[in-house]
Amino acid sequence: MARIELNEVAHSYLPKPVKDSDYALKRIHNVWEDGAACALLGPSGCGKTTLLNIVSGLLIPSKGRVLYDGKEVTALPPEKRNIAQVFQFPVLYDTMSVYNNLAFPLRNRGIHEKAVRERVLEIADILDLTDFLKKRAAGLAADAKQKISLGRGLVRSDVAAILFDEPLTVIDPQLKWHLRRKLKEIHEKLKLTFIYVTHDQVEALTFADQVAVMFEGEIVQIGSPQELFENPEHRFVGYFIGSPGMNFLECTLEGNRAHVNGTEILLDETTAEKSRNKKGNLALGIRPMYLGVHPNPGGDRVKADIRMVEDQGNYRIVTLKLGKHTLKASLSEERPIPEKEAWLSFPTEWTRLFADGWLIK
Amino acid sequence: MEKWPNNRAWLLVLPVFVIVAFSAIIPLMTVINYSVQDIFGPNQAIFVGFEWFREMLADKRLHDALWRQFLFSGLVLVIEMPLGILIALAMPKKGWGVSLCLVTIALPLLIPWNTIGTIWIIFTRPDIGLFGAGMNSLLGIPFDHTARPLDAWITVMLMEVWHWTPLVALLAYAGLRAIPEAYYQAARIDGASAWSTFLYIQLPKMRGVLTIAFLLRFMDSFLIYAEPFVLTGGGPGNSTTFLSLYLVKIALLQFDLGPGGAFSLIYFVIVLLFSFIFYQALERIGKGDKV
Amino acid sequence: MKGRKKFVGLAIYFILLLVPIYWMLNMSLRSNADILASFALYPKDITLMNYMNIFTDSSWYMGYVNSMIYVALNTAISLFVALPAAYAFSRYQFVGDKQLFFWLLTNRMAPAAVFALPFFQLYSTVGLLDTHIAVALAHCLFNVPLAVWILEGFMSGIPREIDETAFIDGYSFPRFFITIFIPLIRAGVGVTAFFCFMFSWVELLLARTLTVTEAKPISAIMTRTISATGLDYGLLAAAGILTIVPGAMVIWFVRNHMAKGFALGRV
Repeated sequence: MARIELNEVAHSYLPKPVKDSDYALKRIHNVWEDGAACALLGPSGCGKTTLLNIVSGLLIPSKGRVLYDGKEVTALPPEKRNIAQVFQFPVLYDTMSVYNNLAFPLRNRGIHEKAVRERVLEIADILDLTDFLKKRAAGLAADAKQKISLGRGLVRSDVAAILFDEPLTVIDPQLKWHLRRKLKEIHEKLKLTFIYVTHDQVEALTFADQVAVMFEGEIVQIGSPQELFENPEHRFVGYFIGSPGMNFLECTLEGNRAHVNGTEILLDETTAEKSRNKKGNLALGIRPMYLGVHPNPGGDRVKADIRMVEDQGNYRIVTLKLGKHTLKASLSEERPIPEKEAWLSFPTEWTRLFADGWLIK
Repeated sequence: MEKWPNNRAWLLVLPVFVIVAFSAIIPLMTVINYSVQDIFGPNQAIFVGFEWFREMLADKRLHDALWRQFLFSGLVLVIEMPLGILIALAMPKKGWGVSLCLVTIALPLLIPWNTIGTIWIIFTRPDIGLFGAGMNSLLGIPFDHTARPLDAWITVMLMEVWHWTPLVALLAYAGLRAIPEAYYQAARIDGASAWSTFLYIQLPKMRGVLTIAFLLRFMDSFLIYAEPFVLTGGGPGNSTTFLSLYLVKIALLQFDLGPGGAFSLIYFVIVLLFSFIFYQALERIGKGDKV
Repeated sequence: MKGRKKFVGLAIYFILLLVPIYWMLNMSLRSNADILASFALYPKDITLMNYMNIFTDSSWYMGYVNSMIYVALNTAISLFVALPAAYAFSRYQFVGDKQLFFWLLTNRMAPAAVFALPFFQLYSTVGLLDTHIAVALAHCLFNVPLAVWILEGFMSGIPREIDETAFIDGYSFPRFFITIFIPLIRAGVGVTAFFCFMFSWVELLLARTLTVTEAKPISAIMTRTISATGLDYGLLAAAGILTIVPGAMVIWFVRNHMAKGFALGRV
């Protein structure tokens, strides 16, 4: 078990990086506490797999240091790091039985056959693989194969962390949920550090206690799923987390009111105060579920046109047009929705302001 | 994945069937026809049943040629398969070296077979050949493939290995390149040695292409004709008279069509039988349970 | 350290691979008298006399043309018939599929030496003797099964969802096959064409048996030139070098396609 620390890590695949854009990872400074279940969430190409490979030792970063429990491991190869990795598709030793697959990492480390047996049986039991032990690994279903890949990591009692690289990609949708719950259960039982890379927010948010959102080679925010949802520190987080993503409106500031092409939106006093000194492009952001949609005007409500209503089961998504901006609001199904036009309210406690993409706080 | 059952697929296979059948079935019938008749001249033949088969099966020289052939093909497989795999493992995975290696390795494969024989005559002759003259004058080892059976064998083997190892290497290389990087990464994380990685990842993943390589090398080495014909002519004595060389001697040079026909059918059946056995065995190795 | 050892091993192998060819080149640039008089690692008085000797025989260049024509014909026919057949074997289950596949492969196992005579009789009966198409068809005997075998491997690597999607989208089979499927296995087609070219180009026995003058392959003409002048090592070497050139040129031109095809790895 280990606390994993990344100290000013940056990586470029080019031999002589010059510009900022030459770096696949720009600057990562981060700590994963021992026994945490963490997710790395981001779109493809954001550098999450690169970061994972640096943690596992398959890549040596161009800059910075990697520390396990305070011990520097930056230049150590994966086999010397006590980590295990589960890949996007199942990686198995096809010619071996499930038992031998699970025993392989232990045998390579010269562990006595009796100890190997005990450990393999124990792990097989946890993973519900006992019935398959004598079968050939190649003939099993994808979810069983992924469990074997995981098992090869779990058998090693010295394993510090297990890294997952989009492990559910090839699993049938019905089984995804089952396997994810199994992972969670194993995490609670064994208290290992799990680092889980995915582009799927549902996977990340349900699996992890702590989610790091990556965007263009940087970690833009780390936090619990709730923090990410309620207080996105970057426009990207707002847009990427939640379905549909946060609404953004380019605006200017006057007093404690935001001007969005001609219409005025009242802001929270302290937010407006802090924003006044900020330079750069301002944008107002609000989650669809907090945007108020009313059939008649009143107070600080703003008029908008209704373009589309989508039924999502127990809630509905309304697409609205405010000037040239498109907004989405999500409403529970019992709330009435006006026909053509509606009046919007922006609750001050849920309305955020962003300067050049970053949250003003 | 189950394949779609559809008998209309025969329409897609029909052109292949017709074109191969044209070149395969009629000549095969002709050969069968020869093998059961004694042919004196045009339109003069009598039916002799299995007489020629009995005669050929009892032919001492055919037995000798057959054992020679087995020894030859056995040596070919034992040398070329590991050597080809070794070369494939040493080849670069990316960069300008890939094209260079592929071009160089494929070169012997694109040389007409009789020219292969010529190259090796010139290369191994004791008077003018680099290899022959080198052995004799530099190393002081007497070497003459036209006079000594062992030297003739060494020369034919060298030629064969030189000529065909590239095929095994190319196929093995293709197999290696198909292995996703994640397998190597997993092996490193599991602490596997280079040998275990080879044994449990590379070799199993190459099984398909190696089966093709093994069968192709077995068939083609068992049917070898042009290269030894040019290089040694089957000699000295009969020491390098392989099955094809002996067969041509009977069927085309002595024009004994009956025995020749019987001989070729026996020959064909042997290749077929062994290819089938090897194919089954190689498939089984891949699927067998090893706990 | 390990990389270095690999590199040295590979370098040694390549030297061993090229030395016999170099030696023939060396001989081809020396006169026969010179070859027999002294042993030399490289030609001291380079002479092109051997090559001149061959080039003065007017039939030599027709030999090239003949070989190229039947090799090209064979490669085209093999690919043309093998592509749909390989598709059938990789996608469908049909009566006798396994037996047919094995029967196809058995045709590689027939000793060509024996079939020479029946082939001669067959092709003279149908009046195709001494034509390019005769050699091309005869070479189909071993190239078509190989092409089906290799292509089937590549096609099995393409997920069948692609076919299903295309058929649902209303593609007819020929349109799907030509515009979608074949482009997907381009590399495989390239590798197959390379192998067909190779085996047709290097085969001599059948090619020589089935031709008299009109379609005689280059290697047979070379052999004839040699036997006409008696054993002349310089001339023999020059003829040998000339038969290597086209093959070497072909691999040089397709080297990048080859690298791509082999990188896909399904042969």
